[in-house]
Amino acid sequence: MTTPISDALKTRFDTEIKDHPVVLFMKGNQLFPRCGFSARALELLKPFGPVHSIDVLTDPEVREGIKAYSNWPTIPQIYIRGQFIGGSDIVNELASRGELEALIKGS
Amino acid sequence: MLTPEWIRERVLTALPGAEVEVIDTTGTNDHFQARVVSDQFVGLPMVRAHQLVYAPLKDVLATGELHALALKTYTPEQWAKVKS
Repeated sequence: MTTPISDALKTRFDTEIKDHPVVLFMKGNQLFPRCGFSARALELLKPFGPVHSIDVLTDPEVREGIKAYSNWPTIPQIYIRGQFIGGSDIVNELASRGELEALIKGS
Repeated sequence: MLTPEWIRERVLTALPGAEVEVIDTTGTNDHFQARVVSDQFVGLPMVRAHQLVYAPLKDVLATGELHALALKTYTPEQWAKVKS
């Protein structure tokens, strides 16, 4: 069901996630989020530093590829300090527990 | 067309014995919210618990038939605390 992803795409994801402390795979970009769940995740992450976002709507291969890569069927998807965190519900939950900042700053 | 009951049944196939409550949040049969309480979540990070719930729904999530499923997952112990 889930299509396997190419080595090149996997390498690209590995690099993006390694090079940026906060990575958000979202629908739309930071100026114009195209989905309420993506917009919400971005708003929760932004106070704690730069968010590296990748618009999955610009490339169907990325949109499907990240779902396979993370074993996660929906967008948005959030990586913090190289670790897969999950989607919008989990970021919401971490934010409401006040745990996001520590996670991002690694303290 | 999806219904809360259909989603509930699907989730139960993957997590037998779980307590599953599903609500259609928009009345449009494609945005839902679910609360799942299962002892299979014990000791798992939340991301793994959510993956267990999503797994039996991958096909309808992939087609977009199910556009969004807002999730809250609890172990029975966590749920007892939240409830009280």
